[in-house]
Order: sequence, then structure tokens, then C-alpha cells
Amino acid sequence: MSDNQLHDTLDEAQQTTREARTGEGVDERYNSRLRQAFGDSPFILTKFDAFMNWVRGNSMFILLFGIACCSIEMMHTYATKHDLDRFGAGVPRASPRQADVIIVPGTIVSKFGPRMRRVYDQMPEPKFVVSMGSCTISGGPFQEGYNVIKGVEELIPVDIHVPGCPPRPEALVYGVLKLQEQVQAGESAPVTVKPYELRQFGDLEEDELVQKLAAEIDEDDLVMRYDWTER
Amino acid sequence: MSLQRQPVGETPDGLDYDALAELLDGYVLDREQHLNCEAFVIRPDDVAAVLSTLRDRAAFDHLSLVTAQEYRDRYESIYHLKKYDDPTQELSLVVPTPRDQPHSQSGADVFDTAIWHEREAYDLVGIEYDDHPDLRRILLPETWQGHPLSLDYNQDKPQIVPLREHANPMEGRTDVADRSDTMFINIGPHHPATHGVLHLKTVVDGEQVVDIDPDIGYLHRCEEQMCQQSTYRHQIMPYPDRWDYVSAGILNEWAYARAAESLADIDVPVYAQVLRTMSAELCRICAHLLAIGTFALDIYGEFTAIFMYAVTDRERIQNLLEELTGQRLMFNYLRLGGVAWGLPEPRAEYLETVRSVMAEFPDRLEEYHNLLTSNELFQMRVLDTGVLPAETAKSYGATGPVARGSGIDYDLRRDDPYGYYDELDWEVVTDDGGDNFSRALVRLQEMEQSARIVRQCVDVLADWSGEREIQSDVPRTVKPGGEVYRAVEGAKGELGIYIRADGTDTPARFKIRSPAFSNLQTLEVLAEGEYIADMIATLGSLDIVLGEVDR
Ligand code: SF4
Repeated sequence: MSDNQLHDTLDEAQQTTREARTGEGVDERYNSRLRQAFGDSPFILTKFDAFMNWVRGNSMFILLFGIACCSIEMMHTYATKHDLDRFGAGVPRASPRQADVIIVPGTIVSKFGPRMRRVYDQMPEPKFVVSMGSCTISGGPFQEGYNVIKGVEELIPVDIHVPGCPPRPEALVYGVLKLQEQVQAGESAPVTVKPYELRQFGDLEEDELVQKLAAEIDEDDLVMRYDWTER
Repeated sequence: MSLQRQPVGETPDGLDYDALAELLDGYVLDREQHLNCEAFVIRPDDVAAVLSTLRDRAAFDHLSLVTAQEYRDRYESIYHLKKYDDPTQELSLVVPTPRDQPHSQSGADVFDTAIWHEREAYDLVGIEYDDHPDLRRILLPETWQGHPLSLDYNQDKPQIVPLREHANPMEGRTDVADRSDTMFINIGPHHPATHGVLHLKTVVDGEQVVDIDPDIGYLHRCEEQMCQQSTYRHQIMPYPDRWDYVSAGILNEWAYARAAESLADIDVPVYAQVLRTMSAELCRICAHLLAIGTFALDIYGEFTAIFMYAVTDRERIQNLLEELTGQRLMFNYLRLGGVAWGLPEPRAEYLETVRSVMAEFPDRLEEYHNLLTSNELFQMRVLDTGVLPAETAKSYGATGPVARGSGIDYDLRRDDPYGYYDELDWEVVTDDGGDNFSRALVRLQEMEQSARIVRQCVDVLADWSGEREIQSDVPRTVKPGGEVYRAVEGAKGELGIYIRADGTDTPARFKIRSPAFSNLQTLEVLAEGEYIADMIATLGSLDIVLGEVDR
């Protein structure tokens, strides 16, 4: 049969195409587990939730979010050699409104904390957090710094921690894979509200600092505090 | 030299401090000896007069750093002055102020760069500068209580930051009073084009930038405090890797090593110097590659070709560095008096790999030139935008590729030689354009020179016949004394360290002169009047890294 053969009917044409694609004998490619599960029936029955989780886990949009040194390794993870795209998670989104995973790559300091919280709040639900590097676990090498927040969990709930300073790209890939597994299984981190978010700063001990600020902060203003002694 | 007269104090064999003291007759209260130069003590209300005399009569046109520190009995600001023509000619001005009245005159009228340096001094140490145009906090939030590097700061006291900080900064600010056609735009701190966590408060009129106020401090990780509480011998060295973290680690480590070695009077074996030089230049290539890659990303907005090429090439070089140092990014390779370890075995094979990567490098650069500098679209986008005249660059203390792109021939590797550079054959790249194009071009050509340096180092290492000494004898605990300011040519420019040692094993004051900090300050002049899209290109070509800006 020549390649350029014309067909009289659509059926015929499809037949030829199919033959050209599958060739002789049975092609293993078409005997996927999915196909076996389908059997003859073109339907699958599953719970919608389970289906959604499966979809979600396989199509992750990660926020383009760089903070510190770890973001350099994160860029390398996206780029040629490590290519996070192989795992369906490689197109970083610049806007938090389009993203459902945030990798937090670096040290969070007091000035940036509220901003990061804001970015996180802007992401649509459901959302997942990968914390990358020791800084996001505990403050890392800068833990004793006056200005450093001791871990990202002070601010937002975290699903996966990737330790290292910085973690190698392979480690981050592993972390993302683990997150995918977790999401597919329908788990995510419980949302914990850290003592950091205190309503109406009546919760704060009445020291002279609070006294002084009481005059400046109006009643309905929320405050947060960085309490270095707590950890 | 633009001055007609011979600058005061300049003699064929170095600076004549007596002549300078005579020039400043009546101002100099006392003369101190720092390890790098002499320091003149002056009164706090003479700062501007002394600075302008020194700039106009003695050609000290480079205010590289303002260090503030607190002693038990006084505050002190130190102005470190240099010359762009010859950075080995240095002079420090020490300005003591009493503890109960930490007021000092500002130098901002004379050197624009003092604006940010003094803001930082106010923020972290608490010295107030009179006549300063804009004295407010720069690194810490406005609501911060206390000055963290002052002596009686209590770190355990909770800081309270109202969630007001969390509010939408755009609210109620979409226009500026009585200029109803301008608009306030808030760029960052989370924005893909700001290279990290930089916050630009921008006012635009149509498409043009009317006013821009870079707000930094979103990555202020207390690097100086960390170094002040670590010991010289081993604990400080990992921190420099995290200042300029785009794989420029060894360049930064060298800044610390150079300062500490001259402080404690430690020699470095020649073999170790060659290793340092080679690895540092590999780092420079990596850092410039990232700068070029992200610059292309900023102006083309494409994530596919140039950025990926740059990262691929970085991977090649990172592999070399990883084999040498054991790490991909945070090398921690230098030690006081040498390096951590020698070449990986088998040596010949490793050197051959380096050689082959470097041999391919000119071809790779050709590719970047084809994609960027000889590309018409690129030229249209960056030629004649963000023009930085040399005089402005000097006043803002710009260094590195930013200064060299404005035609300032200033490179510490040549002008204040260290390491093995003066034995090698290479050139300092400059370009007179002063625009975004020139800065990118300088970086590309600098990579070529770096590759040249690496190739020569490989030859030296391959032919090495003597003892392969990688480390000189250094005591387990180093307890130096004295004050020193030393700089090296980092990836972004003059990266300097000021250390005051008080005889213990940790520094009493550790101050980092970050090149990106000074370079970023020029954004205000570069961007105002430009289109907003060109402002983004300008920011990309300044190549800042926030870890170093904020420290
Ligand atoms: S964990 Fe290490 S590499 Fe990552 S941001 Fe923190 S200091 Fe940098």
C-alpha cells in the first residue's frame, strides 16, 4: 500500500491509519493498565474526588517565586538538566491566582513574612506548599538572626519539607514527586494557625512596648509578632 | 584626570598622609593607623566639608563604604575613601559621636552613595545624620523597635508588626495628589522581574516613570550579626557563600579571606592562590551567565532559548566546581591561609575536563553574541536606555560591570592585585556606552576573559612541579587585633569587608560593602523619565542579587 493512497470512504481511511500506526502483531503500547482496567467498557466508575485528586496530582502549576539562594537551585530544577516538566510540574506561573503549589525557596525575614502570607492567601484553593531548604524549616544558618523568621511554618502550613542548604535539584524533584503522591492520595497538611496570628493584641503580654504601641495601633488592627523566645 | 592641579598627597610612591593632613588642617583631631590605610579623626559637624575637600583637592572620588559602630563610650562612623584611578590609595575618616547624642553631619551632599549607606547606619546602629535628605529605615520594617547592631539591643524582646503591613499597598494610592494623571504602581516584592524580593514603589505618568523608590530589606538575613558571633577560623567562611548566591560563592569567600588574612597576617601558598584564582573565575562565569540569562528573560520574556542555554552552560561549570569543592552552590572552599582541598584525583583527568569545557566556551559565547548583542531586536530594546554617565556612576559608588559599562576603568583584580592575577595575561573590559547594552556586552566579554584566566591557571597547575601546598600554617584559633578594610572584585563589583578585631576570636564589627547595594542605588537616576518597560531592562542590566543588597 502506498503512503499517498486515497480512500473512498472515511472508514477505509481510518482503517489504514490504524494499521499504519499499530503495525503487525499486538502493540504493547496500547495495553496500558488503564486500558486493561477499562476492559470492553468505555466507562470508568470512580469517585469524583478521587478522580480530581488524580488529576490535580498530575498537573501542578507551581508559583514562580524566588526568595533567596535556594531559588537558584529551584531555577536549575526547572531548566534543562533536571527538567521538572517531566513530572507534569514544570510551567511556573507568575501570578499566584493561577498557581496551586508554592515552593518557598529561601529565608523569610520579618519584612517579607506578611508579603509571603499575602501571596499565599491569593492562591486559589486547594493549594499546597513545599518548603525548600533549611531556612524554611528552622531559619537554617540564620536562625539566630534578629530579623529571621524561624521557619515558614510560622506563617503558612507546609505539606513537604525538603531539607538541605540548598537542597540539590534532585532533592527538590523528589519533594515534588512526594507531594504529587500525597495529593493523589488526597492528603494535605492540616491547616494550623500558629501563635503568630494574634487577634487584637490583647494576647500580648503587657510590657512597655505594647503600651507604647497601644497608642499607635487602632483597636481593630490585627497584629502579628515575632517572638524569638518561643522556639 | 579632569583636575588641572596635581591632587594633594599623590606621590610616585604612594600616598603622603602628612600632605593630606596639612590640606585638612584644623579639621583633623587625631590620626589612627588602620591596617589598610591611615584614618583621620574629625568632628561630626565637619563631615561634608572634609569630604568635599578630599574629593575636589585630593581626587578621592570613591566613597566605597560607610561603616557605623558603637563602642562602650561612643558611636563611630567611618567613611572609607578610595580613588577610582588607583584604589590602593585609601583614606578613612573616623567620625566619633557621643553616646547620648549620636548626631553626625551627613555626607549625602558630597557623595550620593552616602544616602543609602547612612540610612543603613541609622537603621542598624542608630546614628542620626543631620541634613540627610531622607533618613528613615532601609532594611528593617518601619515599625521596628531599637537598632539591632547597637550594644544594648535586646534580641529576645518580641517585635510587633501590625498587620497593616499586610494591607494592600495599592489601596487609595492609585493616584498622586494634585497630579491626577500619574499613577502609583507597586512592583514587588514578589514579582518575576525583580530578581528576588525587591520592592519598587513606582509612580508612572502614562508609560513613563516619574518617580521610583526601591524598597529593600526583604532578605535582610542579619549576615553581619551572624559573622560577628562566629569565629574567624572556621565559622565565618560559610556565610559569604550566601551573600551573592548566584554561584559566586568563592569570590565572596575570597573577600573575607583577604580581609582576615591581612588582619591576622597569614600567608597563602602560591599553589593555593592559583586554585583560588581558577575557581573564582569559574564562579564569575557562572554568575555572569545567570545575569545574561535572566536579562534575556526580562527583555524578551522568553523562558526557552537563552535562559535555558545559560543554565545549561552553568550546569557544565557547576559540575567542574562540584568536583573541585564538593558542592554545587555553597562551596565553602576557601580557608584562611589556603583552600580546603587540592585538585580531585586523577588530577590530569580533571584538568583535561576543565580545559575542554573552557576550550568550547568561546563558541558558546559566539552563540550568545548571535542571540543577543548582534540581534536587532535586542539592540532596539536596550541601546540608549538606562544611560549611566560616568560621573554619576562614581558619585553613587558603582563598581563592577556597571561601572565598566560606563567607561570607568576600575577592576580590583588589576588595580589592587591579589591572588595570582598579576602573573596572568588578561584584560579589563570596558565600554563607553553606559547603557543597558554596554553592561550586557561587558559581562559577555568578561566571561571570555575569565575563561582565558582559567585556561592559563590550568596550564600552571598542569605544569606544577614543586610542592602542592594548599594551606599554610594557621593557628587553631585566630585572635587578631586592629581594623582593616579590604576588597576584592566580586561578580557584581567591589566586594569589601571591614573588620574591627578586638583580640578575641570573633570580630567586634564585621561590615560588608556590597557592590549590588551601591549599584542598585543608581536605579533612581537611571529609571526616572524612562518607559516602565525600559526600567525593567535597566534593573536586569544592573544585575542585582538581593542576598547581597540586603545581606
Ligand atoms: S537553606 Fe541555605 S541555600 Fe537555602 S535559602 Fe537558606 S541559606 Fe540559602
